[in-house]
Amino acid sequence: MVLTNSIATFGRYCMFMRRVFSVPDKWKTFFSRTVFEVAKLGVDSIPLVIVISIFIGAVITIQMQLNVTSPLIPAYSVGLATRDIVLLEFSNSILCLILAGKVGSNIASEIGTMRVTEQIDALDIMGVNSANFLVLPKVVGFLFFMPVLVGFCIATSFLGGFMVALFTDIISVSRYTYGLQAMFNEWYVWYGFIKSLFFSFIISSVAAFFGYYVRGGALEVGKASTNAVVSSSILILLMDVVLTKLLLQ
Amino acid sequence: MIEVRNVTKSFDGKTILHDVSATFQSGKTNLIIGQSGSGKTVLLKSIVGLLRPEKGQILYDGRDIMGMNGEQIKDLRKEIGMLFQGSALFDSETVLGNVMFPLNMFTDMSQGEIRDRAQFCLERVNLNGAGDKYPSEISGGMQKRVAIARAIALNPKYLFCDEPNSGLDPRTSILIDELLSDITHEYNITTVINTHDMNSVLGIGENIVFINKGHREWVGDMKEIYRTDNEALNEFVFANQLFQDVKKYVLSHETAVRPQ
Repeated sequence: MVLTNSIATFGRYCMFMRRVFSVPDKWKTFFSRTVFEVAKLGVDSIPLVIVISIFIGAVITIQMQLNVTSPLIPAYSVGLATRDIVLLEFSNSILCLILAGKVGSNIASEIGTMRVTEQIDALDIMGVNSANFLVLPKVVGFLFFMPVLVGFCIATSFLGGFMVALFTDIISVSRYTYGLQAMFNEWYVWYGFIKSLFFSFIISSVAAFFGYYVRGGALEVGKASTNAVVSSSILILLMDVVLTKLLLQ
Repeated sequence: MIEVRNVTKSFDGKTILHDVSATFQSGKTNLIIGQSGSGKTVLLKSIVGLLRPEKGQILYDGRDIMGMNGEQIKDLRKEIGMLFQGSALFDSETVLGNVMFPLNMFTDMSQGEIRDRAQFCLERVNLNGAGDKYPSEISGGMQKRVAIARAIALNPKYLFCDEPNSGLDPRTSILIDELLSDITHEYNITTVINTHDMNSVLGIGENIVFINKGHREWVGDMKEIYRTDNEALNEFVFANQLFQDVKKYVLSHETAVRPQ
């Protein structure tokens, strides 16, 4: 029962995506809406990303230093571990889980409310492809801005660790910065960016899907928004496993 | 002219519309009336193609919407304007932006021309100077008028209204009714109004289709409705004492006048 339901939902999701990825009715409107969505979903998320990254970067550094005290482990391992945790998981998977809460619930409730107040019907009656008109700018806009958010996340996480080194005597600045640069693998950065693109697509499209098929009223919009966040979080984690296997082996 | 022929529609095995046929004429206000749950919204949504009936034909001046593919339906919808029960204005756009929306999407006019046309539509529904407000900042009656302005922006041949008076006070209701009636006659639109407001029925009903429990029960106009002997219709239209008194008065007045 659960299996057939999931397959049916996935089928509906695919049909929905086919409608989303059709040629926009008017390119000019599409571009202006995409810019608007970049500002709303992307630029407005920067403060959240920065705040979270600074604190997590600082916490990782402190934890590493406090828990890795064996004299057998080289001194640069604190910076190295901070860097690799941030590059491999925090700046993409964990960041996207957080953004799934912020951006996903925003998209699902906005589109869901448009559905229950008949605004989507109004678009359809005018002859506009409502799925394409509403969802494609969000998906494309968020996809384009995701690498920027990841970049901000990486930079400010390192800054958080650096501030720990600078303002406390837990670890010295030179040891931290040496560790950050030790045994650097460039592919880790690309790996993070590639993963984040997949996750950004999951967040925006899954949330839009749940919002678009809301039936009923305020209660259902709330439910759709919750479902969107839960489903996209699970899908992100699932995708994380698959992509890690494919990209890092 | 829109012709509905033998339309049947059911949900989960429960039949909502039984073999309904009706004709909606151009340049007239056509009313679909019936109790809540009688199937009139289903009929309206079937006509505009938001729902797909199992059987029957829906002809827009001879073009059957049931046989159309997605592209043809899209083209047909450019000739359709619709007024939704809750107005369905876009919250993210201003009043002027809402009226300009269909013009932006479907015409190649310059921004200046679009603005002029939208301004003209707003003036037509007597809304001057509210263009910069957002839908949440104006009253229900004004929202309805903005929705009418948006619906007529592209000069539609067919206008559909789903309970245009629900949630409005009687005075505003009459204004909306008169506006719809005026626009219909002025631009020769085929207007189909879904309503259970008796003021509208007796005020602007030029062609009334009464739906009862999914069947088309009666067809006529606002004068004939006083003389009908259809029981379900009488119960529905003249539900309270006031309307019964009105009916008695009209009938006695008519018979008194007629011999002369």
